[in-house]
Amino acid sequence: MEKVLTGVHFMSGDIACAEGAIAAGCRFFAGYPITPATEIAEHMAARMPEVGGIYIQMEDEIASIAAVIGASYAGLKAMTATSGPGFSLMQENIGLAVMTEAPCVIVDVMRGGPSTGQPTLPGQQDVMQAKWGSHGDYEIIALSPSSVQEMFDLTVEAFNLAETYRVPTLLMADEVVAHMWEKVVIPPAEEVKVVNRKKPKNPPGKYMPFMPDEDLVPPMACFGEGYRFHATGLTHDEYGYPRTQDSDVQMRLVQRLCDKIRKNADKITHVEGKMLDDAEVVVVAYGIVARAALSAVRKAREQGIKAGLLRLITLWPFPERHVAKAAEKAGAVIVPEMNCGQMVREVERAAKTTPVYHLSKLGEEPHTPLEILQAIRRYG
Amino acid sequence: MGGVVEHPFAKYLRTAMIPHIWCPGCGNGIILNAFVRALDELQINLDKLVVVSGIGCIGRSAGYINVDSFHTTHGRSIAFATGVKLAKPELEVVVISGDGDLFAIGGNHFIHAARRNVGIKVICANNFNYGMTGGQVGPTTPLEALTTTTPYGNIEHPFNLVHLAAASGATYVARWTTFHVHMLTTSIKKMLQRKGFSFVEVVSQCPEIYGRRNNMRTGLEMMEWFRKASVIANFSDPAKAEISPERIVVGEFVDVEKPTYEERLHAKLVQIMKGAP
Amino acid sequence: MSAIGETSTNVEKAKPKAEIHIIRDHCKGCGFCIHYCPKRVLAESNEINARGVHPPMVVNEEACILCGLCMAICPDFAIYVREKRCMGGC
Repeated sequence: MEKVLTGVHFMSGDIACAEGAIAAGCRFFAGYPITPATEIAEHMAARMPEVGGIYIQMEDEIASIAAVIGASYAGLKAMTATSGPGFSLMQENIGLAVMTEAPCVIVDVMRGGPSTGQPTLPGQQDVMQAKWGSHGDYEIIALSPSSVQEMFDLTVEAFNLAETYRVPTLLMADEVVAHMWEKVVIPPAEEVKVVNRKKPKNPPGKYMPFMPDEDLVPPMACFGEGYRFHATGLTHDEYGYPRTQDSDVQMRLVQRLCDKIRKNADKITHVEGKMLDDAEVVVVAYGIVARAALSAVRKAREQGIKAGLLRLITLWPFPERHVAKAAEKAGAVIVPEMNCGQMVREVERAAKTTPVYHLSKLGEEPHTPLEILQAIRRYG
Repeated sequence: MGGVVEHPFAKYLRTAMIPHIWCPGCGNGIILNAFVRALDELQINLDKLVVVSGIGCIGRSAGYINVDSFHTTHGRSIAFATGVKLAKPELEVVVISGDGDLFAIGGNHFIHAARRNVGIKVICANNFNYGMTGGQVGPTTPLEALTTTTPYGNIEHPFNLVHLAAASGATYVARWTTFHVHMLTTSIKKMLQRKGFSFVEVVSQCPEIYGRRNNMRTGLEMMEWFRKASVIANFSDPAKAEISPERIVVGEFVDVEKPTYEERLHAKLVQIMKGAP
Repeated sequence: MSAIGETSTNVEKAKPKAEIHIIRDHCKGCGFCIHYCPKRVLAESNEINARGVHPPMVVNEEACILCGLCMAICPDFAIYVREKRCMGGC
């Protein structure tokens, strides 16, 4: 059966995401039904057996992410998909994945929140939670797809980033991108870039599971390969042994887990800029809202306003240098979000003295191009 | 620290981490001992064994055993172990954890893994309280027992773990105390040689924290309770397998064959691949 | 144990002899081995080990029947028994 569905397709975002995972080599999915991510699980239930992978519906989201980490440590590329309420449940184990440096992909198809909220309608209310949701100091990588094609492409990228940096990587989609249907071009398998985790160079007996290479990422042995290593969520040394009373170990470990992402941020973050070179008003947007923002920016240009769009593809680590650069020459930055003000805080921080305006919209529809255009006219 | 390397079981231990952190007289050391004895008697392939533990004193056991091991978040070892077992079914996956970790916060994962009959082997150290955090009440704390969060006596009825395991679908269920060292090793060996979800409850002493508050100040006093009160009743009704000051019913309660989750999954995959165009 | 080819007719000589090894600084003084030995082979010593407790000492090695209970019931890997290997009886 086909592993990579090479060809031109008309499919929904959730399906494209699942196919992206398969193309990237995902062979383990554990999940729990939740609107609007259920279709990812259903599609995986059908496709995992076809590609020799494992699908299991676990008893809750906590079990799902725990099983994903277990499968990752057993050597498989593993994924789960959920929405806000499930994402909240998963936070503790996301921390475990960070602490044990378990590569895995978690898809959060954001819906209206907080709490049970609006299960069938879009939101962008979990984007700060993506960075800060688990306790403790840590860094993760989070990507934001704006199209069904990106639901495929960014899922592949998420797996590659997870494997490269041994970090849980989040795909922060929204209900509209997940449920809408668009054209998706899936390349031949050999053209899909796939990255696998670094394997140990040292033999068993000499391998230290948490001794990093120069890129701050330790090579990863898996269960059953003879390395007989220990991993724990407790603060641990390079052997993986608990060292809960040792401040030096804590500082070294936690700083490295953060630096692993921060110091590689330039390689990790990417954005898409449109008409930014001479932009006097910059719209910073992501997800489905960026589609409306692009339309608004184009219309603004037709009306003689020098507007530009900076679309965030990576949400975390936050692309601060890109934002700073775009904001520097501009007179105003507008951040339309389907929340009460989340990424706008990061934009304000990066934009420094350039005024930043938040355009909040909650409820069933993303911002319309007209709403964003009106803001461009008002603040530009 | 160097002393343990002469012990015949040293090769099963991460000797750099020994002596372990457990209190004098704690049952956890006996459970660890019985487990490595089982590995030794069976000459288990140590490269294909994974030990997963949860949070609690017994949760430290994974760090002491010289095999691939993982110490999870509280209550989640069974879910993690399920991921490992399904990803690599050829591995022997053993969960070693405590009564609170497996049956309070972890209760949901236990019953579902048992229901599915995933081939993981679970050893539960039941010491009647949350020892690591100073001795709070747990799902197996006896009625009227004194703990730090039941200073007036526990008013909750405890679980009967063998009944719970049997009712959830576990295909091997046994209970021993830390006094029954040889039977415990025998049950562990049985678990390691069979398929399907297997469970051993080990009634274990926590003299420093539980015993001290409940008129059993030393490991020996708790061990004497186990010795005097235990009654071996193999294959008796799990629902009647009580634990009380007068009577601790031990033995094997369930030992049946049932297709495992992995077997059903494999059969399904074969069927699907056959039907493929 | 007799030399190859010889059979010992002396039951006492044929009985396996034990060597009991105590890793003194590992003992945490729980007392299980001393208390539960069926042959009272062990007793608490007066010595104080690195952990500040009295480890066991062997008081009657001859009586040991190699049941292995002490070794199995020790929580700290502080005691083990082996059969003595001697040619021509011990």
